[in-house]
Amino acid sequence: MSDSHAIAVGGHEEGHEGHPAYQRHHFVSMEQQNETVSFGMWLFLLTEIMFFGGMFFAYLLYRNWYYPAFATASNQLSVPLGAANTAILISSGFCMALGVWASEMRRRKTLVVMLVLTTLFGLAFLGVKTVEYKEKYDHHHIPGNNFSIAEFVNPAAYGIKEEPLAPDMAQKTQIYFFLYFAMTGMHALHMIIGIVLLFWLTHRAWRGDFTAGYVAPIENFGLYWHFVDIVWLFLFPLLYLINRHPLH
Amino acid sequence: MVQEISHDQAHDASNVTNPEHAEHHIVTPLQYTYVFVTLLFFTGVTVAAAYIDLKWANPVIALGIACFKAVIVILFFMHAAYQSRLIKMTIASGFFMFLVLIAMTMTDYISRAWGMW
Repeated sequence: MSDSHAIAVGGHEEGHEGHPAYQRHHFVSMEQQNETVSFGMWLFLLTEIMFFGGMFFAYLLYRNWYYPAFATASNQLSVPLGAANTAILISSGFCMALGVWASEMRRRKTLVVMLVLTTLFGLAFLGVKTVEYKEKYDHHHIPGNNFSIAEFVNPAAYGIKEEPLAPDMAQKTQIYFFLYFAMTGMHALHMIIGIVLLFWLTHRAWRGDFTAGYVAPIENFGLYWHFVDIVWLFLFPLLYLINRHPLH
Repeated sequence: MVQEISHDQAHDASNVTNPEHAEHHIVTPLQYTYVFVTLLFFTGVTVAAAYIDLKWANPVIALGIACFKAVIVILFFMHAAYQSRLIKMTIASGFFMFLVLIAMTMTDYISRAWGMW
């Protein structure tokens, strides 16, 4: 952090003839530096694809094995909350994209406003997620000792319009909810890390670090934030919309 | 006689044959707005489609829309459309690798109880 700060504000005392202060000395040109930095960022994101990919694959297999449990458990999630969160996250990504534009156009105040909006939408997403998690806690739908299959074996008694599941299949809803919490939880952790980074970036953007030609930190944080968006774009239909059409 | 050029000149922005050269493209707010509206629209479509009974086509449509949304986010929000070939190949190879891993794991999974389903 102190190193990149030094670069951003021109901390080196000598040797900047012919290139900007934020260009590292081992790069021939800003073009080469930008290309290298983007390449590295994308390699990191590819490792993230593999990380989330493992969970998506587990989901694929267990959904095939225990489809009735997955469909019934999925219907206990709130589509309005999930869809609203999708819209909130897309809005957050849109503001982040505008932030990259503002940084490139060297508009300091616009950049700061966009980063703050990105943060607020991100916090709103986590707020909705908290409400959803709380609801699962209240219904004993968090896998473990206190998990209850009551709503799945006897849905009519709870006013739920679902086909009842046999007790052994109803137990498999725990696998669905385990994957639900693992996948949305890891996604939320990525967002929390992103929001912490956003506080730091907003502070530096306010100072003017990213509106004098040095766009890379904003650009690369944008890549990370959009990647987290993309994960959710798959999580939403896979977790919330397995079988929403009226039961046969 | 071959004219010598400095290293910096070799990276001249007009030197389009240089594979390291990536034109710096700034996506406009209007373009971002088109992408934003498209993403919101298809979020609505995917929710609506889930409430219609389309048998096997339901998950196919849901994943198709999710892939389409992911692609436009990658191309425009993440500027992949304006990056150098190196970056484009890096992104494409990463997704291809992921598909290879899924395909290979699935062949093992499907063939373990061959004929017993």
